[in-house]
Amino acid sequence: MLAPTKEARMRHRQSVSVAIVGSGGAGALTAGNFLLEAASAAGWQGLISRTVGPQIRGGEAAALVRLSTRAVECMPERFDILIGLDWANAHRFGAEIEIGPESLVISDPRGGEPPPVVATAGARVVEIPMKDMAKAIPEGRPNMIALGIAGHLVGLGADTWLALLEKRLADKGADAVEASWAAIEAGYHAAMSCDAGGESRTGLGRNLATPKRSAARRWLISGNEAAALGAIRGGVRFAAAYPITPATELLEWLAPNLAKVGGALLQAEDELAAINMTIGASFGGAPALTATSGPGLSLMIEALGLATAAEIPVVVIDVMRGGPSTGIPTKSEQADLNIAIYGCHGDAPHLVVAPQSIGDCLFTTQWATYLAETLQSPAIVLSDQFMGQARASIERPADVTFIGQRLQATDTGEAYMRYAIAAGGVSPMALPGMPGRQYTADGLTHTVHGTPTSNERDHNMQLDKRRDKLTQFNYGDHWATHQGDGDIAVVTWGSLTGTAREAIGRAANDGVEATLLALRLLYPAQPERLVAALDGKKRILVVEQSHGAQFYRYLRAYYDLPGEVRVLNRAGPLPIRAAEIHRAIMEWR
Amino acid sequence: MSVVDMRLARKPADYKSDIKPVWCPGCGDYHVLLSFTRAFAELGVPPENIVVVSGIGCSSRIPAYTNCYGFHGVHGRSLALAAGLKVMRPELKVVVASGDGDGYSIGGNHFLHACRRNIDMTYVVMDNHIYGMTKGQPSPTTEPEFDTALSPGGTGLRPFHPLVIALASGANFVARCFSGEPNETASILVEAINHPGFSFIEILSPCVTFRPDEREWKNLVHPASVATTNDPAKAARRLMTDDGFNTGILYRGERKPYQPPVGRPQVDVSELERDFEL
Amino acid sequence: MSAASNAPEVKNLADLFAVAYQIEADAVDRYNLLADQMETHNNLELVAVFRDLSRAEAIHRDEIRRLAGNVDVVAHARRMAKWSRGESPEEASLADAHYLMTPWHALQLALAGEQRALAFFKSIVETTNDAEIKKAADELVEEEAEHVNLVHRLLRKYPRPADTWSSDPDPPISQE
Repeated sequence: MLAPTKEARMRHRQSVSVAIVGSGGAGALTAGNFLLEAASAAGWQGLISRTVGPQIRGGEAAALVRLSTRAVECMPERFDILIGLDWANAHRFGAEIEIGPESLVISDPRGGEPPPVVATAGARVVEIPMKDMAKAIPEGRPNMIALGIAGHLVGLGADTWLALLEKRLADKGADAVEASWAAIEAGYHAAMSCDAGGESRTGLGRNLATPKRSAARRWLISGNEAAALGAIRGGVRFAAAYPITPATELLEWLAPNLAKVGGALLQAEDELAAINMTIGASFGGAPALTATSGPGLSLMIEALGLATAAEIPVVVIDVMRGGPSTGIPTKSEQADLNIAIYGCHGDAPHLVVAPQSIGDCLFTTQWATYLAETLQSPAIVLSDQFMGQARASIERPADVTFIGQRLQATDTGEAYMRYAIAAGGVSPMALPGMPGRQYTADGLTHTVHGTPTSNERDHNMQLDKRRDKLTQFNYGDHWATHQGDGDIAVVTWGSLTGTAREAIGRAANDGVEATLLALRLLYPAQPERLVAALDGKKRILVVEQSHGAQFYRYLRAYYDLPGEVRVLNRAGPLPIRAAEIHRAIMEWR
Repeated sequence: MSVVDMRLARKPADYKSDIKPVWCPGCGDYHVLLSFTRAFAELGVPPENIVVVSGIGCSSRIPAYTNCYGFHGVHGRSLALAAGLKVMRPELKVVVASGDGDGYSIGGNHFLHACRRNIDMTYVVMDNHIYGMTKGQPSPTTEPEFDTALSPGGTGLRPFHPLVIALASGANFVARCFSGEPNETASILVEAINHPGFSFIEILSPCVTFRPDEREWKNLVHPASVATTNDPAKAARRLMTDDGFNTGILYRGERKPYQPPVGRPQVDVSELERDFEL
Repeated sequence: MSAASNAPEVKNLADLFAVAYQIEADAVDRYNLLADQMETHNNLELVAVFRDLSRAEAIHRDEIRRLAGNVDVVAHARRMAKWSRGESPEEASLADAHYLMTPWHALQLALAGEQRALAFFKSIVETTNDAEIKKAADELVEEEAEHVNLVHRLLRKYPRPADTWSSDPDPPISQE
């Protein structure tokens, strides 16, 4: 990428990124969340993710905030502003919070030495005694001082704060609001007094351009919350929950909200119970969901085979984290693709879909619920830690009409066959309570009536039925996001979609047009659609966050990729950055 | 028709499917099936409003032999599946059928939590002290000295005490039955199904193929000589000291069943997005 | 001791006919159940034996229904209590069934059932104070005694099998 001109630096920015780090109750994460919320209320858009040490309390934590005049889908390569409330163990974040010579570092002289990376990067360091300043304010906290500093640096009007504090600190009382407000103001003053140069190169300001639109119709939401809301919109009324990072917040959001819409959440004794509770609720007619992460999905696999065989719709959201085994619970990875598609023993085709952004967690989970109900199949939704736990200000997602509609048996007509071979493969499902339609759902190979059999013909008939209902269904344009028409195509999935989109945007600025093809529907594969989308492409760049290149191997298994193929893949925990994809595109011409 | 007449209008045969059991002739589970159909007829609940849920094993074949809705799921997880079903369809009668391998070994953890959760359902374990479907391996209730191919010379392990565990875990109704007494079992089933909360019935059900010695059980069982108690401490003392062959309702608790109020939305789905608006 | 301590209480003639009817009806169902078991386990000789026994009991059942005259024994029986412990006297013991059982075994089950029924009606004769009930029960005792004799006669055709009757050269098959 070309270095920005001096003029460009002088202009207000379209995007600014701020990292706030601290440990032991410093409140870095709260400060980051407040910053995003205040900026969002003022009309900007943004994204916050976090990176944390292994401690439950008192550990080192960093809030990573990116603010922009436009929608933001990924973190930047380099942070413009790094504020250290203290530097305890901050070196652990070195690789994730990259800074450069253009970066500004705010350091508390009583917070220890900045990590070596600060000196190596050649970043400018300004010392502000946040701890001492906070002490001078009754109940004042250094993180609120940092918030004031950040507010000034990004050009956020001081008037945005009071409303936010009153909303967020309502339960802590007027004194807490007062103290925080005083600390924020002190932060503004401190930053201003250091900021002799204003908007010049020597000044501290990293001001954002004025937002084009107001915050009306915008939401501040995490991927986990969006997925949960999408599920309810799609008709889900039952959830079974077993806590696991990073899926827990999704279940915690569902607990009170399912109750509000007449549903229920049961806390299960383990993931084995959770998935079976989900199957039981769905058998009774309630669209049902459970959410988990890799280790939990591993435990649910046997019952997912049951739901496939017995044709019970269920939605399982897997918020992927680093694996295998316990892996890296707080970091993102895309390495559950194989287990999601191939985990079950026997031939057990089922739906696998993946959201492409925080906002898309809503659409894709709603769509998954609709597909599961329509096709009487389990649907695994592969979200990930990045999307799940990051929070973004986004345009309110469009309302979609996908609401689960299960083909139900009627109580008239001739003898009922639960697993009758019907056109399209979907056979009417009876629900308990329906007279004359009693059947036993079974994981044993069964006849059209559901009766156990080991007959070769019955076995094949039912295997065909379950395959055909998935493969013959028309999934429409939602199977993938397809943008641009360059002869180099970036083929990716999941949360890397936004990163790839940003990289392709940068390539376009550099005069290179590239195509984005991000798969939302991973199973069943859509070979004809992919052939059409990649027709004439000469170079295919596969991008994924998996050490074993699972997505690349999946593509090779189901699709004939045209032209030359390269793979940009890496395990977590370090996210793949837009700059890396951009570089791979530019270097391959 | 009056309620009584409605009940009399249902016959055990109305609850039997035309699928013939694969159980060995002589198996106690045939009797348990009779108890089920007799109990259901006595309850008078239409077969479509009863769901029989099971896991894997000889006993778990029972759902398809009834004319009720059934779910023959995976090994050990029937209680969890039934919990999801009952919570969302509280008007149904849910009966879970299991065996000593399915219920006490692979499903042991779910047993504890189902007792604790106290959802209104009836859990029937047909206990024959052996894995039958896989040719006779020791189960959690097999005697320590019982010799099998998988445990030459016996396991040497102390058998599990299902009734005490159920009581300690919070089951609201605890009974022991013998398969060879299908009428007594049917009447206890009726009481269990009508009793609010989680009801647990252990049915001693001999395996004639791998435990021919259990044919002797018919000479060992006897009705409990004491009245049913609602005092868990008293019930625990009796259960810990009885001979394992007394039948009847041994504990009847008064805990309120767990049932969230489903099906009564307080807000429209569109209200939920308020949480996220700036 | 009265054999009827676990039995439905017989207070009048209708009760008696209903109980007698139910005993035979239960026997019909039980023999059919055993015939089904034998069918599943490919013991075709025993399928025939149990179906024959079931047919014979059906004849007895219908005979009692006829004897009962105006009493609707079907409805009346359903309203009566069941045998509180043990089963209905002529329900052949399910626990004694075996997939390799022979006609001799089946007839032993039948004999035991007829003897239990005989004992039951005898106990009514001995304990009732109602002349009408006593008279009818006496007839039923006679009837059951004839059934016992019939089974004895049949048993002459089927001698006790050798002790190896249950030996199977193949091991049990592991399922699920």
